[in-house]
Amino acid sequence: MRTYLDFEKPVADLQGKVQELRSLGDEGDAVAINDEINRLEARADQALGEIYAKLTPWQKTQVARHPDRPHFVDYAKALIEDFTPLAGDRSFAEDAAVVAGLGRFRGRGIAVIGHEKGSDTESRLKHNFGMARPEGYRKAVRIMEMADRFSIPVLALVDTAGAYPGVGAEERGQAEAIARSTEACLQLGVPNVAVIIGEGGSGGAVAIATASKVIMLEHSIYTVASPEASASILWHDSSRAQDAATAMKITAQDLSRFGVIDTIVEEPVGGAHRRPEETVKATGEAIADAFATLDNLPPDEVRRQRREKYLAIGRQV
Amino acid sequence: MSWISNVVRPKIRNLLAKREVPENLWIKCPETGEMVFHRDLEANHFVVPGSGYHMRMTGRQRFEHFFDDSSWETIPTPDVPLDPLKFRDERRYTDRLKDARAKTSLTDAVMVGAGNVESVPVVAAVQDFSFMGGSLGMAAGEAVVTALLTAKERRRPFVLFAASGGARMQEGVLALMQLPRTTVAVEAFREEKLPYIVVLTNPTTGGVTASYAMLGDIHIAEPGALIGFAGPRVIEQTIREKLPEGFQRSEYLREHGMVDLVVHRHQLRETIARLCRVLGAAPMPEPEPEPEILEPVDEEASSDLPDVVEPEDQTA
Repeated sequence: MRTYLDFEKPVADLQGKVQELRSLGDEGDAVAINDEINRLEARADQALGEIYAKLTPWQKTQVARHPDRPHFVDYAKALIEDFTPLAGDRSFAEDAAVVAGLGRFRGRGIAVIGHEKGSDTESRLKHNFGMARPEGYRKAVRIMEMADRFSIPVLALVDTAGAYPGVGAEERGQAEAIARSTEACLQLGVPNVAVIIGEGGSGGAVAIATASKVIMLEHSIYTVASPEASASILWHDSSRAQDAATAMKITAQDLSRFGVIDTIVEEPVGGAHRRPEETVKATGEAIADAFATLDNLPPDEVRRQRREKYLAIGRQV
Repeated sequence: MSWISNVVRPKIRNLLAKREVPENLWIKCPETGEMVFHRDLEANHFVVPGSGYHMRMTGRQRFEHFFDDSSWETIPTPDVPLDPLKFRDERRYTDRLKDARAKTSLTDAVMVGAGNVESVPVVAAVQDFSFMGGSLGMAAGEAVVTALLTAKERRRPFVLFAASGGARMQEGVLALMQLPRTTVAVEAFREEKLPYIVVLTNPTTGGVTASYAMLGDIHIAEPGALIGFAGPRVIEQTIREKLPEGFQRSEYLREHGMVDLVVHRHQLRETIARLCRVLGAAPMPEPEPEPEILEPVDEEASSDLPDVVEPEDQTA
């Protein structure tokens, strides 16, 4: 059973009618019913296309957070051969909000780091809804340093509402862990590519998204603070998230215009969650293209280019 | 009586009258409610004499008290694109900026200066909380980058006084990008092998802590400062529990290993100069004895450290 977002109601209604007709089965005139079904489905497709052609920033936020949207595990499974997840920060704990490991991408060794939100209650709790604690970022640093030592590139898949705001996380240095992880990204002598696959929330995203090339999916968002948090800061009213989403310019299209990201990967009509495999495949192509532009650069040059890229951001908007 | 006395005198009187606005004269300690005469407070580096409470300072006041002879060279900071998001909430962001600039006579939240601290030449940057909560936007980020690159170029230690509510919401993701941008500058500065000392003052939260403010070689906190990534209100809402006593305060952070020292404002200059000298950034002072070696001590003996200083000793 598909979950529809509130603004998809016209599509949901049409699909509901299709279901009804289908359940009629062989009763009545089969040919007439089939014609009607085809007609309704065509109308539903058209409605879906029209809605998704002009999603508002808040609607994109909802698509970016859709529970059926492909997550880290889906990308790792489809794109990374021999993916071997590695656990722990070697200081305190394993944080499953960040998954990190080694594998091969199109035959070549790669280190993969990313947020995993989980897909059912059990896995969501296990992954803490993709909200990492310091240990998650320290594990990311560990894996990045290892990748650098073995000269294998790093891929980051970003999907978090933000770093976890808890007492323990603060006590163990959430801020420092994020800062060090961002620093580790900048120190890499191997190329790194980051893909915002869903939500890129604040420092918790930057910590692994500071990359040689940054890719965003068409309906993903990248924000200084989640629309809810922004609304609560700006208007002391988190229910105005919709206004915040619009005012804060959080869409892939906005970020491309500001020169903060390099590439946008188009999603299938109706969003990544309608055709996850197709989305993952297209993202794989974009990742391969991004790494191809960074091939055979000496480590110092990789670092220099990354630094220059970040220093240039915002100087001309 | 000439026309001069008629025209000029009342103006002078007006000036005097303006100074005597009551709230400027006596300042209340936020902790104990004690009333302090403003001159006494300023003479005591804005530390309440009785309670030892460290009041906020403007960037200018900070530099006046930090540099030798209250003298420094102002390092100009680059202009940045104005209001790229065309942002407005209740008001236009450009109007808010104009107000903040008029109120503080600053262009943005970060000031950069070069000068001496106990004869050690340093470059310093200070975040002014009175300018839109010290928020980190493009201008502040660019100022921090400039400060670090200036320190690198001049081969001077870098001292950063942090005070910020976090990233400037009105600049959206371009404010967020100051995290990696400033980190690039920290990286570049580090190559010179010169000390980077962060002084965390009340309050330092959000994106600032998640970048340059937590990447120092040495982290010093002023007593009682609120320091953290997520604000206490957000955490309380998330976990729905009361927060522990002293949570996210300087002393708590030292206990949890996040800052090296909690230093009374009166000891800052001396501490920073001493650390810079030990790290080779300036020659050791000749007439003075060798610097005292500080060893890690347990809680009971921690009063030996320069962070706990009887306020009475300081007011003289």
